[in-house]
Amino acid sequence: MAVIKLERKPLSLAERTYLPQIVGGLKITLKHLLKPTITMQYPEERPAIPAGYRGAPTLVKDPHGREKCVSCQLCEFVCPPRAIRITPGEIAHDSPNAHVEKAPQAFDIDMLRCIYCGLCQEVCPEEAIFLQNVYSTTGYTRDSMVNHKADLYQMGGTLPDEHFKWDKKKEAAEHGGSHHG
Amino acid sequence: MNLFFQLPVVIQVLLKGMAVIGVMFPLAGACSMAERKISAWIQGRPGPNRAIPFWFSWVPVLGPILQKLGAFHLLADGLKFLFKEDVVPGHVNKKYFIAAPILAMIPALSTVTFVPFGAYIDLGGNLTPLILANVDVGLLAVFAVSSLGVYSVVLAGWASNSKYSFLGGIRASAQLISYELSMTLAVVPVLLWINAPGTAGTMSLSKAVEFQSQPGFWGGAWFAFTMPISALIFLICLFAETNRQPFDMAESEADLVGGFHTEYGAFKWSLFFVAEYCHMIVGSAVFILLFFGGWNPLPWLPLSSVAALLHITELPLLVGLLSIGIFLGKILAMLFLFMWVRWTVPRFRYDQVMKLGWQKLLPLAILNLLVTIIAIAVIQH
Repeated sequence: MAVIKLERKPLSLAERTYLPQIVGGLKITLKHLLKPTITMQYPEERPAIPAGYRGAPTLVKDPHGREKCVSCQLCEFVCPPRAIRITPGEIAHDSPNAHVEKAPQAFDIDMLRCIYCGLCQEVCPEEAIFLQNVYSTTGYTRDSMVNHKADLYQMGGTLPDEHFKWDKKKEAAEHGGSHHG
Repeated sequence: MNLFFQLPVVIQVLLKGMAVIGVMFPLAGACSMAERKISAWIQGRPGPNRAIPFWFSWVPVLGPILQKLGAFHLLADGLKFLFKEDVVPGHVNKKYFIAAPILAMIPALSTVTFVPFGAYIDLGGNLTPLILANVDVGLLAVFAVSSLGVYSVVLAGWASNSKYSFLGGIRASAQLISYELSMTLAVVPVLLWINAPGTAGTMSLSKAVEFQSQPGFWGGAWFAFTMPISALIFLICLFAETNRQPFDMAESEADLVGGFHTEYGAFKWSLFFVAEYCHMIVGSAVFILLFFGGWNPLPWLPLSSVAALLHITELPLLVGLLSIGIFLGKILAMLFLFMWVRWTVPRFRYDQVMKLGWQKLLPLAILNLLVTIIAIAVIQH
């Protein structure tokens, strides 16, 4: 390996007094002093949450306002810290969504347990549970840290649906033939 | 005015002293907030800007401004220091441990007695300095009293009975004593210049300002221009004497936790800091008086000509206030410089501090003294 010998120039008198360097440093700090500050004033200003952010898990509705969860409880079983607890319930016969048969009666996610792993979102066959942009979960009691069904739907809102699986199923059941189509 | 002059002299002096301390103490406190704000701004942060009493948030414009400047953080900090538990650790020498912060405050607040902070033009047309004790030993007294401040650091270090405090105390004593030499030597040329042979000798600081406010090119030049080396040495020593970065060996939190004040907390701790800021204020005042023209607003523009320009020569109160304002403005600029340097220059190593003091500054100060003596001798003959 070639060795390059560098001739180190002896310091000049001005350099040895440090003073020009200190003045240079003062100039730099003054520049920073006059620059606008970059700290975000958090509770008043909020950060822009990028798409695909994995915040708190939420439940979503389809564009027709139907709750997508059919309480299959797969998320409850896959959840590593067992944060999810679902009480399945029936859908009333007179409901327009009666053909779906099941919906959660209660859906609780304990945010003290949740580890934001996203397995519930991954496992959900109905695309009903999503980790979205809620990043700040706070509360004064343990109970207040549990997100109930209403909270979950409120946080989740409505997401666009590509399939309308249950509408197609209903149509197929009413008119015969396969619902794949 | 007349009512004031009819009071007994003791009460007059007491009132004047209280007035000066009443400015110094809050100013020193405000320095701590300024320090935090300036450090924040240099680092691109807004700094403390949250605290506000709920009833003050209703004040329209002033409220938000004071909140942004952290004025209420300052009050909250002060209150916290007053009311939190004042712990005296079990292993300390209690008597000296409590005496140390008191001993820090006494010289810090008493040096201001000898520092003129303004001037007014009396009925006879003479410029009279505003000063608590107009004594001829002025500068000598400032040096003598302010160097007592080192005892508080040493005492705090020894009484704390802990290694960090002990090392901090030792370092502080060595550093302060070594830089005092160069500091005093840097001032001697100024005193030689203002004490021309044949005239009455004086060490009064107001005399130095008087010499910088004479007419003519050389008369009006501040001593910082005629004796730049002296001014530079004095400034560097001032940083060392006030324990400011890059010379804050006594604290040096990287290697000594907190140095001499490691074992201190609450109000006693804050007293050390108020004392440090008082030293900074008095130190910058002396520096400005000696080298930067005191209460003269600009070089070659003495206070008396400004007063004549504004037609207030006959109003001693206005001239006095104007001079105090100019002087305070210069002090604030110096305090800003202290803080600005603190967030620019990293701390020296201890051996570098000693080397700089003894091997560089002291010979330079002596050389400067010799050169100036010869120059003065040539000029005055």
